Amino acid sequence: MFRSSHKAMRVKTTDQEEEREHVIEAEGLRKTFGDFVAVDDVSFKVRQGECFGILGPNGAGKTSMIRMIYGFSPITGGSLRVFGIDVSRGLRKIKSRVGVCQQENNLDPDLDVLKNLEVYARYFDIPRKEAHNRAEELLEFIGLDHRKKARSTELSGGMMRRLVIARALINSPDLVILDEPTTGLDPQSRHQVWDRLEKLRSQGLSILMTTHYMDEASRLCDRLIIMDHGRILVLGEPIDLIRKYVGQNIIEVAEPSKELRAYIQSEGLEYEDVGPRLIIYSEDGEDLFHEMSNNYCREGCTLRMATLEDVFLKLTGRDLRE
Amino acid sequence: MTGRVSFRISKRFIRVWQRNLTVYQKTWKISFIPPLLEPLFYILAFGVGLGVLVGKIHYNNIEVSYVGFIAPALIAITIMYNAFFENTFASFVRMYYQKTFDAIMATPLSVEEIITGEIIWGATKSLIAASIMLGIMSLFGLITYPVGLLIIPLAFLGGVAFGSVGMFFTGMVPSIEIFNLPIFLFITPMFLFSGTFFPVENLPAWAQGLSLLFPLTHLVKLTRAFGLGFTSIELLWSVLYLLTFSLIFFPLALFVMHRRLIK
Repeated sequence: MFRSSHKAMRVKTTDQEEEREHVIEAEGLRKTFGDFVAVDDVSFKVRQGECFGILGPNGAGKTSMIRMIYGFSPITGGSLRVFGIDVSRGLRKIKSRVGVCQQENNLDPDLDVLKNLEVYARYFDIPRKEAHNRAEELLEFIGLDHRKKARSTELSGGMMRRLVIARALINSPDLVILDEPTTGLDPQSRHQVWDRLEKLRSQGLSILMTTHYMDEASRLCDRLIIMDHGRILVLGEPIDLIRKYVGQNIIEVAEPSKELRAYIQSEGLEYEDVGPRLIIYSEDGEDLFHEMSNNYCREGCTLRMATLEDVFLKLTGRDLRE
Repeated sequence: MTGRVSFRISKRFIRVWQRNLTVYQKTWKISFIPPLLEPLFYILAFGVGLGVLVGKIHYNNIEVSYVGFIAPALIAITIMYNAFFENTFASFVRMYYQKTFDAIMATPLSVEEIITGEIIWGATKSLIAASIMLGIMSLFGLITYPVGLLIIPLAFLGGVAFGSVGMFFTGMVPSIEIFNLPIFLFITPMFLFSGTFFPVENLPAWAQGLSLLFPLTHLVKLTRAFGLGFTSIELLWSVLYLLTFSLIFFPLALFVMHRRLIK
Protein backbone atom coordinates (compact mmCIF):
# COMPACT_ATOMS: atom_id res chain seq x y z
CA MET A 1 0.00 0.00 0.00
CA PHE A 2 2.81 2.31 0.91
CA ARG A 3 4.60 1.60 -2.34
CA SER A 4 1.61 2.01 -4.58
CA SER A 5 0.63 5.38 -3.17
CA HIS A 6 4.19 6.51 -3.54
CA LYS A 7 4.25 5.48 -7.17
CA ALA A 8 0.91 7.08 -7.86
CA MET A 9 2.30 10.35 -6.62
CA ARG A 10 5.35 10.12 -8.77
CA VAL A 11 3.15 9.72 -11.82
CA LYS A 12 0.88 12.56 -10.90
CA THR A 13 3.40 15.28 -10.39
CA THR A 14 6.89 16.23 -11.32
CA ASP A 15 7.21 18.89 -8.67
CA GLN A 16 10.23 18.17 -6.49
CA GLU A 17 8.37 19.07 -3.34
CA GLU A 18 5.38 16.92 -4.14
CA GLU A 19 7.54 13.94 -4.86
CA ARG A 20 8.18 13.43 -1.17
CA GLU A 21 6.06 10.79 0.43
CA HIS A 22 3.09 11.74 2.52
CA VAL A 23 3.07 10.70 6.15
CA ILE A 24 -0.62 11.44 6.62
CA GLU A 25 -3.37 11.29 4.01
CA ALA A 26 -6.88 12.19 5.09
CA GLU A 27 -9.71 12.05 2.60
CA GLY A 28 -13.27 13.01 3.35
CA LEU A 29 -12.56 12.30 7.00
CA ARG A 30 -15.57 12.42 9.35
CA LYS A 31 -16.09 11.98 13.05
CA THR A 32 -19.42 12.17 14.77
CA PHE A 33 -20.44 11.69 18.40
CA GLY A 34 -24.15 10.90 18.25
CA ASP A 35 -25.70 13.86 16.47
CA PHE A 36 -22.68 16.08 16.95
CA VAL A 37 -20.36 16.34 13.97
CA ALA A 38 -16.84 16.97 15.25
CA VAL A 39 -14.95 16.54 11.98
CA ASP A 40 -16.82 17.02 8.75
CA ASP A 41 -15.43 15.92 5.40
CA VAL A 42 -11.82 16.94 5.94
CA SER A 43 -9.10 16.23 3.38
CA PHE A 44 -5.42 17.08 3.63
CA LYS A 45 -1.99 15.54 3.25
CA VAL A 46 1.06 15.99 5.41
CA ARG A 47 4.36 15.72 3.59
CA GLN A 48 7.31 13.90 4.96
CA GLY A 49 9.65 16.21 6.85
CA GLU A 50 7.30 19.12 7.21
CA CYS A 51 5.77 20.70 10.25
CA PHE A 52 2.04 20.83 9.69
CA GLY A 53 -0.23 22.89 11.92
CA ILE A 54 -3.90 22.54 12.75
CA LEU A 55 -5.40 25.79 14.00
CA GLY A 56 -8.90 26.60 15.07
CA PRO A 57 -10.99 27.96 17.92
CA ASN A 58 -12.12 25.73 20.77
CA GLY A 59 -14.44 23.01 19.52
CA ALA A 60 -13.24 23.35 15.92
CA GLY A 61 -12.39 19.66 15.77
CA LYS A 62 -8.59 19.82 16.14
CA THR A 63 -8.21 17.35 18.96
CA SER A 64 -10.88 15.03 17.53
CA MET A 65 -8.90 14.93 14.33
CA ILE A 66 -5.54 14.13 15.80
CA ARG A 67 -7.06 11.59 18.18
CA MET A 68 -8.15 9.69 15.10
CA ILE A 69 -4.62 9.85 13.75
CA TYR A 70 -3.05 8.30 16.85
CA GLY A 71 -5.83 5.80 17.19
CA PHE A 72 -7.80 6.93 20.24
CA SER A 73 -10.86 7.39 18.24
CA PRO A 74 -12.20 5.20 15.42
CA ILE A 75 -13.08 7.18 12.29
CA THR A 76 -16.75 7.55 11.38
CA GLY A 77 -16.28 8.02 7.66
CA GLY A 78 -13.81 8.77 4.89
CA SER A 79 -10.30 7.40 4.87
CA LEU A 80 -7.22 8.08 6.93
CA ARG A 81 -3.81 6.68 6.22
CA VAL A 82 -0.60 7.17 8.13
CA PHE A 83 2.64 6.08 6.41
CA GLY A 84 0.30 4.69 3.75
CA ILE A 85 -1.29 2.34 6.29
CA ASP A 86 -5.03 2.44 6.90
CA VAL A 87 -5.63 3.44 10.54
CA SER A 88 -8.51 1.01 10.93
CA ARG A 89 -6.27 -1.90 9.93
CA GLY A 90 -2.65 -1.37 10.88
CA LEU A 91 -2.95 0.77 13.96
CA ARG A 92 -0.30 -1.09 15.95
CA LYS A 93 2.22 -0.67 13.14
CA ILE A 94 1.40 3.02 12.91
CA LYS A 95 1.63 3.58 16.65
CA SER A 96 5.04 1.96 16.81
CA ARG A 97 6.36 4.67 14.45
CA VAL A 98 4.56 7.67 15.92
CA GLY A 99 5.40 9.77 18.97
CA VAL A 100 2.44 11.40 20.68
CA CYS A 101 2.44 14.37 23.00
CA GLN A 102 -1.06 14.70 24.36
CA GLN A 103 -2.61 17.89 25.66
CA GLU A 104 -2.38 16.87 29.30
CA ASN A 105 0.98 16.12 30.88
CA ASN A 106 0.21 12.46 31.48
CA LEU A 107 3.63 11.58 32.82
CA ASP A 108 3.74 8.66 35.20
CA PRO A 109 3.63 10.27 38.67
CA ASP A 110 4.66 7.00 40.31
CA LEU A 111 8.04 7.04 38.55
CA ASP A 112 11.05 9.34 38.47
CA VAL A 113 12.17 11.26 35.39
CA LEU A 114 14.55 8.65 34.01
CA LYS A 115 12.19 5.77 34.76
CA ASN A 116 9.38 7.60 32.98
CA LEU A 117 11.37 7.27 29.78
CA GLU A 118 12.70 3.76 30.41
CA VAL A 119 9.30 2.32 31.30
CA TYR A 120 7.76 4.02 28.28
CA ALA A 121 10.46 2.48 26.08
CA ARG A 122 9.33 -0.97 27.25
CA TYR A 123 5.91 -0.39 25.71
CA PHE A 124 7.73 -0.23 22.37
CA ASP A 125 9.71 -3.38 23.11
CA ILE A 126 12.98 -1.43 23.11
CA PRO A 127 15.69 -3.52 24.82
CA ARG A 128 16.70 -2.33 28.28
CA LYS A 129 20.24 -1.19 27.45
CA GLU A 130 19.18 0.66 24.33
CA ALA A 131 16.29 2.23 26.20
CA HIS A 132 18.62 3.49 28.92
CA ASN A 133 21.03 5.06 26.43
CA ARG A 134 18.22 6.63 24.47
CA ALA A 135 16.66 8.00 27.68
CA GLU A 136 19.99 9.55 28.74
CA GLU A 137 20.40 11.09 25.30
CA LEU A 138 16.91 12.55 25.32
CA LEU A 139 17.28 13.96 28.83
CA GLU A 140 20.35 15.78 27.66
CA PHE A 141 18.49 17.02 24.58
CA ILE A 142 15.73 18.56 26.69
CA GLY A 143 18.12 19.80 29.37
CA LEU A 144 16.82 17.62 32.17
CA ASP A 145 19.84 15.37 32.69
CA HIS A 146 20.39 16.97 36.12
CA ARG A 147 16.89 15.97 37.32
CA LYS A 148 17.00 12.25 36.48
CA LYS A 149 16.00 11.10 39.94
CA ALA A 150 13.31 13.73 40.53
CA ARG A 151 9.73 12.56 40.66
CA SER A 152 7.87 13.76 37.62
CA THR A 153 5.42 15.60 39.88
CA GLU A 154 8.23 17.77 41.27
CA LEU A 155 8.98 19.30 37.88
CA SER A 156 7.84 22.73 36.73
CA GLY A 157 5.24 22.99 33.96
CA GLY A 158 7.88 23.69 31.34
CA MET A 159 10.08 20.79 32.44
CA MET A 160 7.11 18.42 32.40
CA ARG A 161 6.27 19.51 28.90
CA ARG A 162 9.82 18.94 27.71
CA LEU A 163 9.81 15.52 29.35
CA VAL A 164 6.56 14.62 27.58
CA ILE A 165 8.21 15.63 24.31
CA ALA A 166 11.27 13.53 25.13
CA ARG A 167 8.98 10.60 25.93
CA ALA A 168 7.30 11.01 22.54
CA LEU A 169 10.76 10.64 20.95
CA ILE A 170 11.79 7.49 22.82
CA ASN A 171 10.88 5.19 19.92
CA SER A 172 12.75 7.35 17.35
CA PRO A 173 9.45 8.08 15.60
CA ASP A 174 8.97 9.04 11.95
CA LEU A 175 6.13 11.35 12.92
CA VAL A 176 5.51 13.35 16.06
CA ILE A 177 2.02 14.53 16.97
CA LEU A 178 1.80 17.42 19.40
CA ASP A 179 -1.51 18.59 20.84
CA GLU A 180 -1.03 22.18 22.02
CA PRO A 181 2.61 21.73 23.05
CA THR A 182 3.03 25.07 24.85
CA THR A 183 -0.39 25.81 26.31
CA GLY A 184 -0.04 27.10 29.86
CA LEU A 185 3.74 27.63 29.75
CA ASP A 186 5.57 30.83 30.65
CA PRO A 187 7.40 32.66 27.83
CA GLN A 188 10.81 31.23 28.76
CA SER A 189 9.50 27.69 28.73
CA ARG A 190 7.70 28.24 25.45
CA HIS A 191 10.90 29.35 23.80
CA GLN A 192 12.71 26.34 25.26
CA VAL A 193 10.08 24.05 23.72
CA TRP A 194 10.19 25.89 20.40
CA ASP A 195 13.97 25.55 20.30
CA ARG A 196 13.71 21.80 20.68
CA LEU A 197 10.93 21.50 18.13
CA GLU A 198 12.89 23.57 15.61
CA LYS A 199 15.88 21.34 16.11
CA LEU A 200 13.76 18.27 15.47
CA ARG A 201 12.26 19.84 12.38
CA SER A 202 15.69 20.64 11.03
CA GLN A 203 16.62 16.99 11.49
CA GLY A 204 13.85 16.11 9.06
CA LEU A 205 11.28 14.80 11.50
CA SER A 206 7.66 15.14 10.35
CA ILE A 207 5.58 17.03 12.88
CA LEU A 208 1.83 17.47 13.20
CA MET A 209 0.73 19.98 15.80
CA THR A 210 -2.33 21.80 17.01
CA THR A 211 -2.01 25.17 18.65
CA HIS A 212 -3.91 28.23 19.79
CA TYR A 213 -0.88 30.45 19.43
CA MET A 214 -0.47 32.15 16.09
CA ASP A 215 3.11 33.18 16.75
CA GLU A 216 3.91 29.54 17.45
CA ALA A 217 2.27 28.44 14.21
CA SER A 218 4.03 31.15 12.17
CA ARG A 219 7.36 30.25 13.63
CA LEU A 220 7.18 26.47 13.44
CA CYS A 221 4.74 25.42 10.73
CA ASP A 222 5.68 25.01 7.10
CA ARG A 223 2.02 24.66 6.22
CA LEU A 224 -1.16 24.78 8.23
CA ILE A 225 -4.89 24.51 8.10
CA ILE A 226 -7.37 26.71 9.92
CA MET A 227 -10.46 24.77 10.94
CA ASP A 228 -13.82 25.77 12.29
CA HIS A 229 -16.95 23.75 13.00
CA GLY A 230 -15.21 20.58 11.90
CA ARG A 231 -14.27 21.88 8.47
CA ILE A 232 -11.11 23.23 6.90
CA LEU A 233 -11.39 26.93 6.08
CA VAL A 234 -7.97 27.39 4.50
CA LEU A 235 -4.78 25.47 3.88
CA GLY A 236 -1.42 26.97 3.02
CA GLU A 237 1.90 28.41 4.13
CA PRO A 238 1.62 31.03 6.88
CA ILE A 239 3.11 33.85 4.75
CA ASP A 240 0.89 33.08 1.79
CA LEU A 241 -2.20 32.97 3.95
CA ILE A 242 -1.39 36.37 5.43
CA ARG A 243 -0.83 37.90 2.00
CA LYS A 244 -3.90 36.34 0.54
CA TYR A 245 -6.38 37.08 3.31
CA VAL A 246 -5.24 40.27 5.01
CA GLY A 247 -2.48 41.82 2.94
CA GLN A 248 0.82 43.28 4.12
CA ASN A 249 -0.19 45.79 6.72
CA ILE A 250 -2.80 46.51 9.30
CA ILE A 251 -3.81 49.88 10.62
CA GLU A 252 -5.62 49.80 13.90
CA VAL A 253 -7.59 52.78 15.06
CA ALA A 254 -8.84 53.15 18.59
CA GLU A 255 -12.02 55.18 18.92
CA PRO A 256 -12.28 56.35 15.31
CA SER A 257 -13.88 59.73 14.57
CA LYS A 258 -16.85 60.20 12.25
CA GLU A 259 -14.58 61.90 9.74
CA LEU A 260 -12.27 58.91 9.64
CA ARG A 261 -15.12 56.51 9.06
CA ALA A 262 -16.35 58.69 6.21
CA TYR A 263 -12.85 58.77 4.72
CA ILE A 264 -12.55 54.99 4.85
CA GLN A 265 -15.95 54.61 3.22
CA SER A 266 -15.07 57.05 0.45
CA GLU A 267 -11.73 55.38 -0.23
CA GLY A 268 -13.41 51.98 -0.36
CA LEU A 269 -10.88 50.43 2.02
CA GLU A 270 -11.32 46.96 3.38
CA TYR A 271 -11.91 47.16 7.10
CA GLU A 272 -13.46 45.46 10.05
CA ASP A 273 -15.48 47.20 12.73
CA VAL A 274 -14.93 45.69 16.16
CA GLY A 275 -16.80 47.99 18.50
CA PRO A 276 -14.53 50.80 19.59
CA ARG A 277 -11.74 49.76 17.19
CA LEU A 278 -11.34 49.74 13.46
CA ILE A 279 -9.02 47.30 11.75
CA ILE A 280 -8.05 48.35 8.26
CA TYR A 281 -6.40 45.89 5.90
CA SER A 282 -4.08 47.44 3.39
CA GLU A 283 -1.38 46.60 0.88
CA ASP A 284 0.44 49.97 0.87
CA GLY A 285 0.09 50.67 4.54
CA GLU A 286 2.62 53.43 4.99
CA ASP A 287 1.17 56.14 2.74
CA LEU A 288 -2.31 55.43 3.95
CA PHE A 289 -1.14 55.51 7.55
CA HIS A 290 0.48 58.94 7.11
CA GLU A 291 -2.59 60.27 5.40
CA MET A 292 -4.82 59.00 8.16
CA SER A 293 -2.73 59.90 11.15
CA ASN A 294 -2.08 63.42 9.81
CA ASN A 295 -5.67 64.22 9.03
CA TYR A 296 -7.94 62.09 11.15
CA CYS A 297 -6.34 60.64 14.21
CA ARG A 298 -3.27 62.00 15.91
CA GLU A 299 -3.34 59.36 18.61
CA GLY A 300 -4.63 55.84 18.89
CA CYS A 301 -3.70 54.99 15.35
CA THR A 302 -1.08 52.30 14.75
CA LEU A 303 0.49 50.69 11.73
CA ARG A 304 1.74 47.15 12.04
CA MET A 305 2.61 44.09 10.01
CA ALA A 306 -0.25 41.75 9.30
CA THR A 307 0.03 38.47 11.23
CA LEU A 308 -1.51 35.05 11.16
CA GLU A 309 -3.73 36.13 14.03
CA ASP A 310 -5.42 38.63 11.71
CA VAL A 311 -6.08 35.84 9.22
CA PHE A 312 -7.40 33.62 11.98
CA LEU A 313 -9.76 36.21 13.42
CA LYS A 314 -10.93 37.30 10.00
CA LEU A 315 -11.81 33.76 9.00
CA THR A 316 -13.21 32.42 12.25
CA GLY A 317 -14.81 35.60 13.58
CA ARG A 318 -14.43 37.30 16.90
CA ASP A 319 -17.19 35.62 18.85
CA LEU A 320 -16.21 33.74 21.95
CA ARG A 321 -16.24 29.96 21.73
CA GLU A 322 -17.16 28.28 24.95
CA MET B 1 -8.03 0.17 17.69
CA THR B 2 -11.37 -0.21 16.07
CA GLY B 3 -14.82 0.56 17.38
CA ARG B 4 -15.27 -2.87 18.84
CA VAL B 5 -13.55 -4.69 21.65
CA SER B 6 -10.88 -7.12 20.49
CA PHE B 7 -9.91 -10.34 22.24
CA ARG B 8 -6.74 -10.73 20.24
CA ILE B 9 -4.42 -9.99 23.11
CA SER B 10 -0.69 -10.21 22.45
CA LYS B 11 1.90 -10.86 25.13
CA ARG B 12 2.56 -7.12 25.20
CA PHE B 13 0.19 -6.93 28.18
CA ILE B 14 3.21 -8.01 30.23
CA ARG B 15 4.61 -4.46 29.77
CA VAL B 16 1.80 -3.04 31.88
CA TRP B 17 2.39 -5.71 34.50
CA GLN B 18 6.10 -4.74 34.48
CA ARG B 19 5.20 -1.07 34.89
CA ASN B 20 3.22 -1.86 38.01
CA LEU B 21 5.98 -4.10 39.29
CA THR B 22 8.53 -1.30 38.82
CA VAL B 23 6.36 0.99 40.94
CA TYR B 24 5.77 -1.79 43.49
CA GLN B 25 9.50 -2.39 43.87
CA LYS B 26 9.84 1.11 45.27
CA THR B 27 7.12 0.65 47.88
CA TRP B 28 7.25 -3.07 48.58
CA LYS B 29 8.30 -2.58 52.18
CA ILE B 30 5.02 -0.84 52.89
CA SER B 31 3.00 -3.28 50.80
CA PHE B 32 4.44 -6.19 52.77
CA ILE B 33 3.27 -4.93 56.14
CA PRO B 34 -0.48 -5.67 55.97
CA PRO B 35 -0.17 -9.35 55.01
CA LEU B 36 2.53 -9.76 57.67
CA LEU B 37 0.65 -8.13 60.50
CA GLU B 38 -2.95 -8.91 59.68
CA PRO B 39 -2.77 -12.64 60.47
CA LEU B 40 -1.02 -11.84 63.75
CA PHE B 41 -3.84 -9.50 64.77
CA TYR B 42 -6.49 -12.03 63.85
CA ILE B 43 -4.74 -14.89 65.61
CA LEU B 44 -4.48 -12.77 68.71
CA ALA B 45 -8.10 -11.59 68.61
CA PHE B 46 -9.76 -14.82 67.57
CA GLY B 47 -7.36 -17.36 68.96
CA VAL B 48 -6.83 -15.89 72.39
CA GLY B 49 -10.02 -13.85 72.67
CA LEU B 50 -12.92 -15.39 70.79
CA GLY B 51 -11.51 -18.90 70.33
CA VAL B 52 -11.93 -19.69 74.00
CA LEU B 53 -15.67 -19.10 73.75
CA VAL B 54 -16.08 -20.99 70.49
CA GLY B 55 -14.08 -24.07 71.32
CA LYS B 56 -13.37 -26.71 68.67
CA ILE B 57 -15.05 -26.87 65.27
CA HIS B 58 -15.86 -30.08 63.41
CA TYR B 59 -14.50 -30.05 59.91
CA ASN B 60 -14.34 -33.07 57.57
CA ASN B 61 -14.38 -35.57 60.47
CA ILE B 62 -11.62 -33.82 62.38
CA GLU B 63 -11.68 -31.28 65.14
CA VAL B 64 -9.89 -27.96 64.54
CA SER B 65 -9.32 -25.00 66.79
CA TYR B 66 -11.22 -21.84 65.91
CA VAL B 67 -7.99 -20.16 64.82
CA GLY B 68 -7.17 -23.15 62.64
CA PHE B 69 -10.64 -22.88 61.14
CA ILE B 70 -10.47 -19.20 60.21
CA ALA B 71 -6.76 -18.98 59.28
CA PRO B 72 -7.18 -20.31 55.68
CA ALA B 73 -10.30 -18.14 55.26
CA LEU B 74 -8.24 -15.10 56.15
CA ILE B 75 -5.95 -15.95 53.24
CA ALA B 76 -9.00 -16.15 50.95
CA ILE B 77 -10.15 -12.73 52.15
CA THR B 78 -6.69 -11.32 51.50
CA ILE B 79 -6.75 -12.77 47.98
CA MET B 80 -10.09 -11.07 47.40
CA TYR B 81 -9.08 -7.72 48.84
CA ASN B 82 -5.74 -7.44 47.07
CA ALA B 83 -7.05 -8.03 43.56
CA PHE B 84 -10.35 -6.24 44.07
CA PHE B 85 -8.84 -3.07 45.52
CA GLU B 86 -5.98 -3.04 43.02
CA ASN B 87 -8.34 -3.22 40.06
CA THR B 88 -10.89 -0.79 41.48
CA PHE B 89 -9.33 2.12 43.37
CA ALA B 90 -5.75 1.79 42.12
CA SER B 91 -6.69 1.11 38.50
CA PHE B 92 -9.25 3.91 38.58
CA VAL B 93 -6.63 6.36 39.81
CA ARG B 94 -4.26 5.30 37.03
CA MET B 95 -7.00 5.55 34.43
CA TYR B 96 -8.87 8.66 35.55
CA TYR B 97 -6.53 10.87 37.54
CA GLN B 98 -3.07 9.95 36.32
CA LYS B 99 -4.09 9.33 32.69
CA THR B 100 -1.56 6.51 32.67
CA PHE B 101 -3.73 4.42 30.35
CA ASP B 102 -4.02 7.33 27.90
CA ALA B 103 -0.25 7.57 27.72
CA ILE B 104 0.13 3.83 27.14
CA MET B 105 -2.62 3.78 24.52
CA ALA B 106 -0.43 5.98 22.31
CA THR B 107 2.14 3.17 22.17
CA PRO B 108 1.68 -0.15 20.31
CA LEU B 109 -0.41 -1.54 23.18
CA SER B 110 -4.19 -1.81 22.86
CA VAL B 111 -6.73 -0.98 25.57
CA GLU B 112 -7.46 -4.67 25.94
CA GLU B 113 -3.79 -5.42 26.59
CA ILE B 114 -3.56 -2.63 29.16
CA ILE B 115 -6.58 -3.97 31.04
CA THR B 116 -5.28 -7.54 30.85
CA GLY B 117 -1.95 -6.38 32.28
CA GLU B 118 -3.78 -4.63 35.12
CA ILE B 119 -5.86 -7.69 36.01
CA ILE B 120 -2.85 -10.00 35.90
CA TRP B 121 -1.06 -7.51 38.13
CA GLY B 122 -3.95 -7.55 40.61
CA ALA B 123 -3.76 -11.36 40.67
CA THR B 124 -0.01 -11.12 41.23
CA LYS B 125 -0.58 -8.93 44.27
CA SER B 126 -3.04 -11.50 45.60
CA LEU B 127 -0.42 -14.19 45.10
CA ILE B 128 2.31 -12.22 46.88
CA ALA B 129 0.08 -11.34 49.85
CA ALA B 130 -1.30 -14.89 50.16
CA SER B 131 2.23 -16.32 50.14
CA ILE B 132 3.36 -14.00 52.92
CA MET B 133 0.34 -14.87 55.04
CA LEU B 134 0.88 -18.53 54.38
CA GLY B 135 4.41 -18.18 55.70
CA ILE B 136 3.32 -16.39 58.87
CA MET B 137 0.55 -18.88 59.59
CA SER B 138 2.93 -21.76 59.08
CA LEU B 139 5.00 -20.42 61.97
CA PHE B 140 1.98 -21.07 64.18
CA GLY B 141 1.50 -24.53 62.72
CA LEU B 142 -1.79 -23.58 61.16
CA ILE B 143 -1.05 -24.92 57.64
CA THR B 144 -0.63 -28.56 56.63
CA TYR B 145 2.01 -29.25 54.00
CA PRO B 146 2.53 -30.12 51.18
CA VAL B 147 -1.16 -29.72 50.23
CA GLY B 148 -1.11 -26.22 51.73
CA LEU B 149 1.18 -25.09 48.90
CA LEU B 150 -1.77 -25.38 46.50
CA ILE B 151 -2.99 -22.13 48.01
CA ILE B 152 -0.30 -20.26 46.04
CA PRO B 153 -1.57 -21.04 42.51
CA LEU B 154 -5.11 -20.80 43.86
CA ALA B 155 -4.35 -17.24 44.98
CA PHE B 156 -3.60 -16.34 41.38
CA LEU B 157 -6.85 -17.82 40.08
CA GLY B 158 -8.83 -16.12 42.83
CA GLY B 159 -6.99 -12.90 42.04
CA VAL B 160 -8.00 -13.06 38.38
CA ALA B 161 -11.64 -13.67 39.40
CA PHE B 162 -11.83 -10.77 41.86
CA GLY B 163 -9.63 -8.50 39.73
CA SER B 164 -11.87 -9.03 36.70
CA VAL B 165 -15.03 -8.18 38.58
CA GLY B 166 -13.25 -5.17 40.12
CA MET B 167 -12.16 -3.98 36.70
CA PHE B 168 -15.70 -4.43 35.48
CA PHE B 169 -16.87 -1.98 38.15
CA THR B 170 -14.02 0.37 37.22
CA GLY B 171 -15.36 0.47 33.69
CA MET B 172 -18.83 1.33 34.96
CA VAL B 173 -18.51 3.76 37.87
CA PRO B 174 -18.83 7.47 37.03
CA SER B 175 -16.66 8.53 39.99
CA ILE B 176 -14.37 6.93 42.53
CA GLU B 177 -16.85 7.36 45.44
CA ILE B 178 -19.30 4.98 43.74
CA PHE B 179 -16.99 2.05 44.55
CA ASN B 180 -18.53 2.12 48.01
CA LEU B 181 -21.62 0.59 46.48
CA PRO B 182 -20.11 -2.69 45.22
CA ILE B 183 -18.03 -2.84 48.41
CA PHE B 184 -21.12 -2.53 50.60
CA LEU B 185 -23.37 -4.77 48.52
CA PHE B 186 -20.87 -7.35 47.29
CA ILE B 187 -17.60 -7.42 49.21
CA THR B 188 -18.87 -6.96 52.78
CA PRO B 189 -21.64 -9.62 52.61
CA MET B 190 -19.08 -12.02 51.17
CA PHE B 191 -16.60 -11.20 53.89
CA LEU B 192 -19.19 -12.22 56.48
CA PHE B 193 -21.29 -14.95 54.89
CA SER B 194 -18.93 -17.07 52.79
CA GLY B 195 -18.06 -19.58 55.48
CA THR B 196 -15.23 -17.33 56.59
CA PHE B 197 -15.86 -17.03 60.35
CA PHE B 198 -18.45 -19.80 60.79
CA PRO B 199 -19.45 -22.81 58.67
CA VAL B 200 -21.92 -22.03 55.88
CA GLU B 201 -23.98 -24.94 57.23
CA ASN B 202 -24.94 -22.81 60.23
CA LEU B 203 -26.97 -20.54 57.93
CA PRO B 204 -30.65 -21.23 57.08
CA ALA B 205 -31.08 -23.27 53.92
CA TRP B 206 -32.01 -20.32 51.67
CA ALA B 207 -28.96 -18.36 52.81
CA GLN B 208 -26.74 -21.37 52.23
CA GLY B 209 -27.96 -21.52 48.64
CA LEU B 210 -27.35 -17.81 48.24
CA SER B 211 -23.86 -18.02 49.65
CA LEU B 212 -22.98 -20.62 47.03
CA LEU B 213 -23.34 -17.85 44.45
CA PHE B 214 -20.52 -15.91 46.11
CA PRO B 215 -17.08 -16.50 44.58
CA LEU B 216 -15.56 -16.06 48.04
CA THR B 217 -17.52 -19.06 49.36
CA HIS B 218 -15.74 -21.24 46.83
CA LEU B 219 -12.37 -19.64 47.43
CA VAL B 220 -12.76 -20.18 51.19
CA LYS B 221 -13.79 -23.79 50.64
CA LEU B 222 -10.60 -24.36 48.65
CA THR B 223 -8.16 -22.50 50.91
CA ARG B 224 -9.62 -24.23 53.99
CA ALA B 225 -9.36 -27.68 52.45
CA PHE B 226 -5.81 -27.08 51.22
CA GLY B 227 -4.72 -25.31 54.39
CA LEU B 228 -5.94 -28.20 56.53
CA GLY B 229 -4.39 -30.73 54.16
CA PHE B 230 -7.44 -32.13 52.34
CA THR B 231 -8.06 -32.66 48.65
CA SER B 232 -11.08 -34.18 46.95
CA ILE B 233 -12.72 -34.43 43.56
CA GLU B 234 -15.64 -32.42 44.87
CA LEU B 235 -13.36 -29.41 45.22
CA LEU B 236 -13.03 -29.29 41.44
CA TRP B 237 -16.53 -27.78 41.34
CA SER B 238 -15.28 -24.78 43.26
CA VAL B 239 -12.26 -24.44 40.97
CA LEU B 240 -14.64 -24.67 38.03
CA TYR B 241 -16.81 -21.99 39.58
CA LEU B 242 -13.88 -19.59 39.92
CA LEU B 243 -12.78 -20.31 36.35
CA THR B 244 -16.26 -19.67 35.00
CA PHE B 245 -16.59 -16.52 37.05
CA SER B 246 -13.30 -15.28 35.56
CA LEU B 247 -14.34 -16.27 32.05
CA ILE B 248 -17.47 -14.17 32.40
CA PHE B 249 -16.06 -11.09 34.07
CA PHE B 250 -12.72 -10.84 32.27
CA PRO B 251 -14.29 -10.27 28.82
CA LEU B 252 -16.95 -8.05 30.41
CA ALA B 253 -14.19 -5.94 31.97
CA LEU B 254 -12.48 -5.59 28.59
CA PHE B 255 -15.77 -4.63 27.00
CA VAL B 256 -16.73 -1.90 29.46
CA MET B 257 -13.21 -0.47 29.57
CA HIS B 258 -13.05 -0.34 25.79
CA ARG B 259 -16.38 1.43 25.75
CA ARG B 260 -15.15 3.85 28.37
CA LEU B 261 -11.79 4.72 26.81
CA ILE B 262 -12.29 4.52 23.04
CA LYS B 263 -14.61 7.25 21.79
